[in-house]
Amino acid sequence: MSLKNDFLSGIIKENPVLVLMIGLCPTLAVSSTAVNGFGMGIAASFVLVCSNIVIAMVRKWTPDQIRIPIFIIIISTFVTLTDYVMQAYYPALYKQLGVFVPLIVVNCIILGRAEAFAYKNGVLSSTLDGFGMGLGFTLVITVIGAIRELIGNGTIFGKVVFNPEFQPALIMILPPGGFITIGLLMAFLHYFQNKAKEK
Amino acid sequence: MDSTSLFGILIASLLINNILLIRFIALCSFFGVSNQMETSIGMGMAVIFVMMMASAVSWLIYYFLLVPFDLVYLRTASFILTIAALVQLEEMYLKKYVPTLYRAMGIYLPLITTNCAVLAVAFLNIDYNYNFMQSMVYTFGVSAGYTLAIILFAGIRERIALAPVPKALQGYPIAFFTASLMSLAFLGFKGLFGL
Repeated sequence: MSLKNDFLSGIIKENPVLVLMIGLCPTLAVSSTAVNGFGMGIAASFVLVCSNIVIAMVRKWTPDQIRIPIFIIIISTFVTLTDYVMQAYYPALYKQLGVFVPLIVVNCIILGRAEAFAYKNGVLSSTLDGFGMGLGFTLVITVIGAIRELIGNGTIFGKVVFNPEFQPALIMILPPGGFITIGLLMAFLHYFQNKAKEK
Repeated sequence: MDSTSLFGILIASLLINNILLIRFIALCSFFGVSNQMETSIGMGMAVIFVMMMASAVSWLIYYFLLVPFDLVYLRTASFILTIAALVQLEEMYLKKYVPTLYRAMGIYLPLITTNCAVLAVAFLNIDYNYNFMQSMVYTFGVSAGYTLAIILFAGIRERIALAPVPKALQGYPIAFFTASLMSLAFLGFKGLFGL
């Protein structure tokens, strides 16, 4: 039961972006299309799961005082790996994501989970936590990307959805659209939470 | 105007590609500390200070250590560790020798270690192939742009705190809408001086 909780809590109840308010920068910056959002989500999830596993494995031998530098070295190892793999196999996506790929290393979600979860729990729980949080992050960033792409360009994952008369609102792909979309998503979440509380 | 001239770099990084509102870097601190004018100013000053030092050091490390020894793949790890160590060092130095400055921005320094803007600028200086002078001007532009945006935003948020806001929009949602409108305004700088 608790293992299931470890996995599920990251998706909705403790969703890193909408509830915990961390990892905002990549969420907004690379979510101009669904494909970019999805790519970023997968890259960050990969780093998150791998670093959670390794940190959970070495936590018994990690001195408390220097744990943060150790976390950072582990995380940056996986980020460098992702960086080079992406550059080699997905050059187009890599070009779109740009500086945000190496910046995964300072993504607060990853260091936050290392400190709050992987350092205190076993390998299996930490792996599931990594998967759950990564999935929650990927979900939000892909949904935001899809909304912005749909309204701003009339497509989803590059496929045309509306008929040709549709006038796309370019503003949604530009930076202001990112702020509006996440603001609206959060407002909906608040609205339903308030409704649930009143009942 | 030539986009590699020093003035061009300054304007482009300060206004046209404002790091917070157009490039979406360092948003956590943007929403986290912009509740009050005073903390925003302190944070802005601390960012300018740390960023200038961190860029200079990481530029030197990249071109005098990583490139000659063919260790470019260690870029991510070495930059983040350098910046973390540097911030610690600056904190200790300020505490001992410049206590007034430390009181003004001391509590913000640890926060900046995880501020992605500092690391982002270190990477961008390399990605854009800037020489040392250009990278210093670029860093100053970016950090001043950060300060400008966060101070403007704090001014607006102080007013919003007093305004009647619909219940579902209270807190972060309304802050995001505000940021969206500010970002729209900053988009207007595009094309300034033909950049």
